[in-house]
This record gives sequence, structure tokens and C-alpha cells, in this order.
Amino acid sequence: MSGLTPLLVEGLFPNGIAHYALGGLLIGLGTAVIYLGTGIIAGASTFLESTLSYVSDLPRFNKAKYVASRDWRVVFTLSIVAGAALYTVLFGDGWWVSDVQPWRFAVGGVLVGVGTRIGKGCTSGHGVCGVGSRSRTSLVNVATFMLVAIGVAQLLSALGVSP
Amino acid sequence: MSDDERGLGFMLVVIAGGLIFGFGLAVSNMARPEVVLDFLQFDDLGLVFVMGGAAVVTGTVFALAEAFGDRAPLTGRDYGRRLKSFDKNVVVGGVVFGAGWGISGICPGAAYASLGVGNYPILIAIGGMFVGAYLQGLWRARRTESAATGTSAD
Repeated sequence: MSGLTPLLVEGLFPNGIAHYALGGLLIGLGTAVIYLGTGIIAGASTFLESTLSYVSDLPRFNKAKYVASRDWRVVFTLSIVAGAALYTVLFGDGWWVSDVQPWRFAVGGVLVGVGTRIGKGCTSGHGVCGVGSRSRTSLVNVATFMLVAIGVAQLLSALGVSP
Repeated sequence: MSDDERGLGFMLVVIAGGLIFGFGLAVSNMARPEVVLDFLQFDDLGLVFVMGGAAVVTGTVFALAEAFGDRAPLTGRDYGRRLKSFDKNVVVGGVVFGAGWGISGICPGAAYASLGVGNYPILIAIGGMFVGAYLQGLWRARRTESAATGTSAD
């Protein structure tokens, strides 16, 4: 039976766990740095709404909290892009392009935009910050999107959509 | 006072946090939609350690700041828990977001980082997210308007 454990680990984590865990700690650290300095819990999806306030007159996007935070949210997002680029240049094995079919990005992107705004947060806001705060609202949101995402991804895979 | 009027120190902290956040997304490979889809299809469960690792760090830092900290130096905000209120939208939003995440393998933060690792087709997804956020805002505005004037169709 002692041979079963490594086999199981290899089956569940064919690429190991070190870079996953290290990346996760850094993601948490980035959020923590902003929180300690500013008291702000910075999720990634509010950028979508706050940035729309530059181009839309809809009151929905021009709430004081969006207009007040839109500039630094643009800076935050560009810094995320730059941080990932920095890793790729310094330690990565070259620029990388996904093979996932474009229609999946288009349809999925729209649903992500709608869903995160209805649900008041995304993988970072609810998943990282909310779960870190032991927020019941966030735990419910995360459990919901996780289950639905697993179901949808498995269904598409079963239908032969790949990648 | 606008968050943006808090000076250079504020922006530098946002930049530092964003750089580390994006760097971590690249290290973890979560910036690659294929890795997220592999997780959702149970081919590689490593993503548990990404989200778990991140939540452990934020959980520890939030708790320590709340217990021992007073106010954030750059804004004067106090370190309290700011929990979002619960209503049915939290579940409805979770379902719609989950469907989108399962179809595309991408979420907002990972999408920005994905652009940084060179994955330019992700602009389709980011564009889609803006369209989705705009449609949701538009729909919400219409609904609020019709509720306010009492001309709701139902």
C-alpha cells in the first residue's frame, strides 16, 4: 500500500506543486502589500467597471468609489501585466500563446464580465481576499463558481471541445 | 478625498503590489488558461495550491493587521474587516462567472497577467469582460429606472 501514495500524488499533480504554491504565496503577498500600505483590499475585477467610467455616462459606472479609484486601478492592472512580463523575461522560457479556441475567450469573457459584477467579485476579490477574511459571502460565491466552472469545463471536454 | 490624490507613496505601493501579484500569477502558470482548464477537468489539481497559498497569506496578514495594526499609513483607513453583504446576487453572479470561467479558463486578474506572458489572444477575453460589465451596468440602470418610475412590465 505504501506505493500508492506517490502514485496518487503524481496522478493528481503531474506537474508537481512547488511553482503552484510559490505563485500562490506571491499573489497573496501582492494583495497584502497593498492592504498594509493603504487598507484597501484590491480585487482585480472592479477595474472593469471603474475603467468604464472614463467612457460611459451611466451613473452605475460613475459612483464616487469608482471615479475615485479608477486611476490607481488602471495602474494596478498595468502593474499586473508588467509583473507577469518581468517573470517571463527573467525566468520564463519565452513568450507564450494559448491554443484555447478564440470563441471560448469571447463567450467566457462576456460571462465573466457579467458574473463578477453581479456577484461583487472574482477569483481575487472573493477567492483570495474574501476567503482570507473568512467572509461567508465570499465562501458561498467561491463554492458556487467553482462547482459551476468544473461542471461546464467537464461538459465541454466531454463534448470534445479541446482545447 | 480621491484615492488618487494620496500621492506618490500610494501609487508606488499599488505598483509594487501589482508587480508581485502579476509575477505570482506567471510563476503559478495560472496566467495560462490551459492550466485552469486542466484543473477544472481534474487533470492537474495544482491550482488548489495557488488559491490556497494566496488565501493563507492574505488571511494571516489581514488577521495580524486587524489585531495589531491601527491605520494604514498611506490613507488613514483602519484595518477592519469590510465584508460584502450577502444576497441572492452573490449566488447568481457566482453561477454566471463560473460558467464563463469554465468556458474560457480565464478570470480578470489572470487575464491581465496572461497578456504579460505574451498571450495576446487573451485581449478577446478582456474585451469580452468589458462588454459583459457594460451590459450588466446597462441592464441594472434600466431596471433601476423602471422601478423608480413604476412602469415595470411585470
